[in-house]
Amino acid sequence: MARMKFLCDADRCIDCNACVTACKNENEVPWGINRRRVVTINDGKPGERSVSMACMHCTDAPCASVCPVKCIYPTDDGIVLHDKDLCIGCGYCFYACPFGAPQYPQVGNFGSRGKMDKCTYCAGGGGPEAPGSAEEYAKYGSNRFGEGKLPMCAEMCSTKSLLAGDGDIISQLYEERVEKRGYGSGAWGWTTAYHEDVKK
Amino acid sequence: MTAFARIRFAALLLMLFGLTTASVLAQTLGPDGAPNPTASVTNQRTLLEQAPRIQGRIDIPDVKASVLMQPMGRTWDYFHEVLLHWGAALVIVGMLAVLALAYLIMGRLRIEAGRSGEMIVRFKAFERFSHWLTAVSFVLLGLTGLNITFGKVLLRPLVGPDLFSDISQIAKYVHNFTSFAFVAGLALITVLFFRDNLFKRVDIDWVKQGGGFIKSKHAPAGRFNLGEKMVYWLSVAAGLLVSASGFVLLFPFYGTNIADMQIAQVAHAVIAILFIALILGHIYIGTLGMEGAFEAMGTGEVDINWAREHHDRWLAEKLEAEGRQASATPAE
Ligand code: HEM
Ligand code: SF4
Ligand code: SF4
Repeated sequence: MARMKFLCDADRCIDCNACVTACKNENEVPWGINRRRVVTINDGKPGERSVSMACMHCTDAPCASVCPVKCIYPTDDGIVLHDKDLCIGCGYCFYACPFGAPQYPQVGNFGSRGKMDKCTYCAGGGGPEAPGSAEEYAKYGSNRFGEGKLPMCAEMCSTKSLLAGDGDIISQLYEERVEKRGYGSGAWGWTTAYHEDVKK
Repeated sequence: MTAFARIRFAALLLMLFGLTTASVLAQTLGPDGAPNPTASVTNQRTLLEQAPRIQGRIDIPDVKASVLMQPMGRTWDYFHEVLLHWGAALVIVGMLAVLALAYLIMGRLRIEAGRSGEMIVRFKAFERFSHWLTAVSFVLLGLTGLNITFGKVLLRPLVGPDLFSDISQIAKYVHNFTSFAFVAGLALITVLFFRDNLFKRVDIDWVKQGGGFIKSKHAPAGRFNLGEKMVYWLSVAAGLLVSASGFVLLFPFYGTNIADMQIAQVAHAVIAILFIALILGHIYIGTLGMEGAFEAMGTGEVDINWAREHHDRWLAEKLEAEGRQASATPAE
């Protein structure tokens, strides 16, 4: 079975935030929650690079490992899903996540956090809701994956910087690009997320 | 030279080399042969060698989201799931084992002279209230905190994921709110018992005489003996640290960054575990370990013979202050 991954080719990203908007729209993400974001390094200086980042759907996901109620788990495709019915909003997954992916609605007093929300790879939720159902959509957003489609962010990327799909295929795509143009800043986050890097 | 300076130095050398030899080696060329001045400058591997996190500018008003990557998350995961689990289990089970051994070897320390039946006030109502406010909130914090650490291993298999999640949700709120009662109790205890816990010369004698553990010797003590003073000072210190780190956790990212939050969690967990071990020892001596000790915090009054055996200096001062003569004499 294919192992799904994200790869952001930062040498192509133009910080247009189309992926962010696509995600918000596709999943009706509430105000204040950002499942995907674009971070610009060396802003305004030589060597400026923008990287689109969301949950990387890690191998041996650290968020899943630290979760005190064990509500995060990987699917057979390597997508990391979670069950909001079980989440207690402790915030530990954010401390463990190398990519700042988990998000929390602010509820009540102090910094108290509501149920965690994060990128689902547009694959719906990890709870008991039927795949593709209205209940699932309300809690987790769209389930494009169940319809055989890839995440909306990557599909909408204006420069095809953000790649989603089978890890072997997207890494090959990236390697071919590096080969052709002669340079590449690397597959951002891959060694941390997947314990392996692209070959170029 | 720092690693960064070394890299800069190497880059400079490379540039000079490129200039002098007019070679294309130091430049990265595009497929059309034109030099690309910025290509491969910002490489994620190089950035992570320079700093533990990669941070940049972001369009949303959320400072913590500007951290693109923090591989330390995996290290924190290792701390929480491996080091903390095994360390905490070792400390807590180890402490219980030591106490069980103490009970088997020494048994319950009796009032040697037997009870006189005559009582004397040791802790006033307000002092007892402060103690029990702290004690009850400590136990609640300890249990609900340990649920975060060990619940998924110990409790979840017993009650199932759904009920365990409900319990943990409640436990989280109990932990968060009980913290205020704990801090209040800790502040009261710190102030009320401060003076009697200052170290005195008699503490040295107390140690020399075996701290009351050697039956043939009499260890002299004021209101609190050295063992109790240690419990007091360690508890005040641990209480302060656990509260400070706890409030950092309670107000996440209020002026802190991701590394601060991880450090606060590590500090909170490590100190909490050591604190729990200390208090287990304290509970043991106050209940099972010593006859006549519990009533001091229970009813507030102790038997005069108990006081004479464990806190002779304090008893003498107390009797004098009350203008009272102890009728009970040691049964020798
Ligand atoms: C002012 C007092 C305290 C505050 C504000 C506080 C706050 C917190 C917070 C916010 C957490 C994170 C988990 C959660 O949201 O429930 C936590 C975890 C924890 N607390 Fe406290 N706490 C306090 C005192 C204590 C005390 C006195 C103990 C020990 C008896 C304790 C033991 C623990 C433990 C064991 C954990 C879980 C550590 C882990 O596995 O990550 N806490 N505390
Ligand atoms: S990127 Fe973060 S949230 Fe996503 S799987 Fe990895 S650790 Fe979990
Ligand atoms: S916030 Fe929810 S999903 Fe994240 S670690 Fe806590 S319980 Fe698990």
